[in-house]
Amino acid sequence: MKIKKGIGVSPGVAIAPAVVIGTEEFDVPRREVPSDLGKVELARLKKAIVVSKKEVQDLRDRTAERIGKEIASIFDFHLGLLDDKEVILKFADAITDGHVTAEYAVATVLRAYAKEFQSMPAYFAERVKDIYDIEKRLLRNLIGEKRQSLSHLTKDMNVLAHDLTPSQTAGMDRSHICGLAMDAGGKTSHTAIVARALGIPAVVGLNDVTAEASSGDMVVIDGNRGLVIIDPDERTLQQARQQARQQVDFVHELDALRDLPAITTDGHEVALLGNIEFPGEVQTVLEKGGQGIGLYRTEFLYLASDTEPSEEDHYLAYRKVIEACAGRPLVIRTLDLGADKYTQARTRVPERNPFLGCRSIRLCLQNLPMFKTQLRAILRASVDAQVSLMFPLLTNVLELRQAKTIVRDVMEDLEEEGVEHRVDIPIGIMVETPSAALQCSSFAQEVDFFSIGTNDLIQYTLAVDRGNERVAALFSAANPAVLRLIKEVIRAGQRYGIPVSLCGEMAADPMFTMLLLGLGLRVFSCAPPAIPGVKKVIRSASMEQSLQVARRVMGFDSDMETLNYLRAEIRRVMPEEYAE
Amino acid sequence: MNKYGLHARPAMQFVEIANRFNCKIEVANGSLVVDAKSIMSVMRLAATKGTVLRIVADGEDAQPAVEALEKLVVEGFGEE
Repeated sequence: MKIKKGIGVSPGVAIAPAVVIGTEEFDVPRREVPSDLGKVELARLKKAIVVSKKEVQDLRDRTAERIGKEIASIFDFHLGLLDDKEVILKFADAITDGHVTAEYAVATVLRAYAKEFQSMPAYFAERVKDIYDIEKRLLRNLIGEKRQSLSHLTKDMNVLAHDLTPSQTAGMDRSHICGLAMDAGGKTSHTAIVARALGIPAVVGLNDVTAEASSGDMVVIDGNRGLVIIDPDERTLQQARQQARQQVDFVHELDALRDLPAITTDGHEVALLGNIEFPGEVQTVLEKGGQGIGLYRTEFLYLASDTEPSEEDHYLAYRKVIEACAGRPLVIRTLDLGADKYTQARTRVPERNPFLGCRSIRLCLQNLPMFKTQLRAILRASVDAQVSLMFPLLTNVLELRQAKTIVRDVMEDLEEEGVEHRVDIPIGIMVETPSAALQCSSFAQEVDFFSIGTNDLIQYTLAVDRGNERVAALFSAANPAVLRLIKEVIRAGQRYGIPVSLCGEMAADPMFTMLLLGLGLRVFSCAPPAIPGVKKVIRSASMEQSLQVARRVMGFDSDMETLNYLRAEIRRVMPEEYAE
Repeated sequence: MNKYGLHARPAMQFVEIANRFNCKIEVANGSLVVDAKSIMSVMRLAATKGTVLRIVADGEDAQPAVEALEKLVVEGFGEE
């Protein structure tokens, strides 16, 4: 049994077999293999060699066909190596004498060759690249048989990985994933956000959990205490099961609030909506008591496949969500991609600073066919539905006007084509840049609603990369600057008569609920699992108290002071849940 | 010996021919002796232009083996 400590970023306890996802740069762990299992390792190795040879042969033949025999002949070296009796003998000796796994044998033998070659004359040193390539291929084929694709899981599993990219999480089979454990990451990393959105336990920042666990090992992920236990003993397993049961009970308790209104003790009604990525999540939002969808992120349509989604792909997805909403409000946000592998892989010259680069609305305005495809689908799907359109990452009013003009152009096209579409769709913006927040008065006059995106707003205002665990402590919604911007935006909304919602993670955090109510927020949109918790606070507090909280907080000059105060306040309002 | 010495492609040709024979074949570059049928070993020789290689074969078809390999090296492996 091994216990590893990391950062708990999503509460709960998950007990399930692990599926371990490595990165291309694996660090192959050295695990003792008992002598009688040596033959198993040898057999695995032989199989991996056969598979690898076939792969290389295919690769060589295709290359010869497409590019030329000369270039294709480089693969002859790979085949030669895989056929080399001396090499295979070395692998076998490593396994039987060293009592190690096939992976470890492959890694050590090939790296030894690589080291030798490195110190040879230039032309030979070039072959080092090939040796590493072959190593990766063999390892991939060895580990591949144990590794399962994340998109087709048949049993409930805990996913252990170095890190998960948005593309990977977009393609995950969420129904079978119990918990997440990552080597990398911090409180605000993408994995943390996904885990909280799914309501599953997650621990990040474990450093080397992927080296210590293998696919198939029983693993306990304790998101409350930030622990991952590999191969737990009986006693630990019992304890974990008990905690998991308690968690389930707690969730059920909160779920009982589902049909109760989100109304403060002194009668102020609040709208509680959900954030979704997939059509299937609408159901979850409604089950948790959400009244509609405050943010429908459309990125997964682009991330989950290799090709750009067609208008029909968009249309079908939107219709599914609209139907699931059954008349309840739905806000569809246009493509907010960029600053990640999807767009970086497709650019000719990768951006040096993708977060501040051509992403999101900027990408759309520079790529009109793609933008119009999405807009057409949204307008067509929204006929007779309560749908609003929202643009992300606006920084100036001209950008907004440009985007609105394109919406009108698309409407004209659809009109000419005689295609039915929504003609009076409300258009709003995400307020998630300091620029938009500071110009909220100007923007308020040209949109139908605001949605404050605190995840990015905090990042840009505090100049902190929310995915960087080294500065994660600086990333705080309680920072006075952030609060001041939020307050301004809500006030602008009130002044110009447009609704303001908040859809960042801050909306999901019960600690901030009273403060936000006190600042004037009346529409919260958060991840479905968080809805009951926020509703509980709303039902336990009064608007009068909330106003007081807001007044006090706005006088503080540090996030520490604010957080301490908010903690004390929520304890007063809900003592059992937030006891010391 | 050809321009680049015994690098990947010629080494492959060398090893491929060596593997056609049943006898045991060794090739040496000075004091470093390796199995001529192993590509990684042969490349280890890192023989550059002008190096003198010694080929030793032991077995039934040793003679033809040595002749074939010698021919390959002398003819510069069919390169420029």
